[in-house]
Amino acid sequence: MSDDFDLIIEPGGGIRRYWRDLWKYRELFFFLAWRDILVRYKQTVIGIAWSVIRPLLTMIVFSIVFGALAGLPSNGVPYPIMVYAAMLPWQFFANSLSESSNSLIDNANLLTKVYFPRLIVPAGSVIVSLVDFFISLVILFGVMAWYRYLPDVRMLLLPFFLVLAFLASFGAGLWLSALNVKYRDFRYVVPFLVQFGLYISPVGFSSAIVPEKWRMLYFLNPMVGVIDGFRWAILGDAFPVYWPGLALSACFTLLMFIGGLLYFRNMERSFADVI
Amino acid sequence: MSSVIRVENLGKKYNLRHQQREQYTAMRDVITDGFKSFARKLIHPFQFSTESGPSSEDFWALKDVTFDVKQGDRIGIIGRNGAGKSTLLKILSRITEPTTGRVRIKGRVASLLEVGTGFHPELTGRENIFLNGAILGMGRAEIRNKFDEIVDFAEIEKFLDTPVKRYSSGMYVRLAFAVAAHLEPEILIVDEVLAVGDSQFQKKCLGKMEDVSTREGRTVLFVSHNFSAINTLCTRSILLSNGTISSYGNSIDITNEYICGLSSKQIGQNGKFDLTNRVNLYNKGVPIILSVTVCDHNGYPSDTLVMGKSAKIQFELQEIENINNLDFGIGFYTPEGFRITSATTWSSETVTRTNSNNSLKVTYQFDMIPFTAGKIMMSPSVSNSKHGIVYDHPEMSCYFNVVEETLFTEKKKISRTYGVIYIDGQWQLH
Repeated sequence: MSDDFDLIIEPGGGIRRYWRDLWKYRELFFFLAWRDILVRYKQTVIGIAWSVIRPLLTMIVFSIVFGALAGLPSNGVPYPIMVYAAMLPWQFFANSLSESSNSLIDNANLLTKVYFPRLIVPAGSVIVSLVDFFISLVILFGVMAWYRYLPDVRMLLLPFFLVLAFLASFGAGLWLSALNVKYRDFRYVVPFLVQFGLYISPVGFSSAIVPEKWRMLYFLNPMVGVIDGFRWAILGDAFPVYWPGLALSACFTLLMFIGGLLYFRNMERSFADVI
Repeated sequence: MSSVIRVENLGKKYNLRHQQREQYTAMRDVITDGFKSFARKLIHPFQFSTESGPSSEDFWALKDVTFDVKQGDRIGIIGRNGAGKSTLLKILSRITEPTTGRVRIKGRVASLLEVGTGFHPELTGRENIFLNGAILGMGRAEIRNKFDEIVDFAEIEKFLDTPVKRYSSGMYVRLAFAVAAHLEPEILIVDEVLAVGDSQFQKKCLGKMEDVSTREGRTVLFVSHNFSAINTLCTRSILLSNGTISSYGNSIDITNEYICGLSSKQIGQNGKFDLTNRVNLYNKGVPIILSVTVCDHNGYPSDTLVMGKSAKIQFELQEIENINNLDFGIGFYTPEGFRITSATTWSSETVTRTNSNNSLKVTYQFDMIPFTAGKIMMSPSVSNSKHGIVYDHPEMSCYFNVVEETLFTEKKKISRTYGVIYIDGQWQLH
């Protein structure tokens, strides 16, 4: 008799149904991402140009500060390209982190009024940052053409590193968004984390300048593996990958992602009551 | 007919934190509380901590709620604020999880707990229709099919490409409703959303909901404080109080029960309204009407009056000169503020003035209460109608609740569905 019912609401129930729901609500997921993209540059004068100007200016500043003033090595590659190749994944990570950590709170009115798998919200923020990433990627090709710099076949491995970057961003985003609902302290932690991370990740410089004995520890920062991978895929052998380090980074990223997913699922039930 | 919603022993517990400084927990508090309890343990290692962390208290917003809804039923849910109505709806729409019990639901559920959930002010009307539709659970194709109908219903064609932040509040509400009204779930859950929007549009929405429900056998759960809306739309109602169901039955009976229960619980009221502590908009702020007392057909003060019976409304006045030149009146309103009728000394044939000098009481007697069941608001007034001077006019300052008496007409109960007043007359068929 009870089999007639499509939906059973019970305390702690509905784990299997969750993933099916996630698929059912995929349209909402696209709509939310679409909304965030649309809203982003509304009432701005130059609109979408902002997503071009921001990475370009950062690249110029970094090239001047680290390349020209500090005179850090760039292994024969034009310094701007070296910086830009690292800035691509870093910007993606940083944007995802700041957007997704606030995403649940920004959508509090939705969370308390409508049901949908909450995972959609931080995922949507990461997707929006991914769109920015692709815009920046096009600019990279422009900069490379400007310097007449030709990539090789390794470029085809870029999607693999992008997946790694995605997992790192989404994993960290899940942790921070869920924590932020309960402890608003994280609202203040994230901007600091992003700013700090820029300097401890090899964005403005090459990871090769880190002393050998600290190398393994350095790779515990998941973005180090991602950034090195990006540089290697785009710039070739001038930036060899330290494979054990990359493997460590990848494992750590995966762990963070799975942990984030579990934590998020666990906290999700009380979001509407806590937020 | 089969049940589409079966609720069994449903309960929801909230943890109330006392002395909360902020709405959310800050890490700081968690850490300091942790240290405190650690320190306490160090000092008294063998004492069991009786209070853990910040003082907190369990609060059951819902407890042991069990009911069944059949397909095509339209159920009204009423109760005072904090009775658990919203919590119930939130559990049914899966926004929050129950602490105990179980709900089983058959069919697609759509819930409308707020008008325009997810509307983004920067987006245009067109974009918001799609976004809101998706949030309410419609597919893209479904929204596209109904797009014209939605725009028609909302009457906003001209402003489709204007950001909704530039809409008037009326347009905003209309658009939001239009999207919601075109949802086609098997079960529709609606919270008090009709409270906004003009009455004409409200009627249109109620009509649409009723229409869809009767024509397609859709089940509706509807929370409202507007009893006439409940009585119009809902066949059955649930009365919640303090998190439990206090009765479940025919809507008219339940709303009457609620109205009677409500009036008896109001402390110090019982048909007596003290109007001394207020600023009079006239007469330099000094109130002239000191109190208003409503008496039922037995002559006892009560704010519950029986339809068709007599009643008295009495006001007590401050000493005032030339009382014999004054005029008195009472305006009767629906709770929504619509003026139904007025009783005034200058329009009445029978005004008796006794005790010419210090008569400080004015009584208006109803021979027969014409109002149908529900709340009636009153605005008493003191004026000099000849010279057009108002001395006191506390608007909607007192009220009474009308309940119907089945004896009034043995044929059928007269409820608010007949309108606000009832006029009886003779019918002839020839």
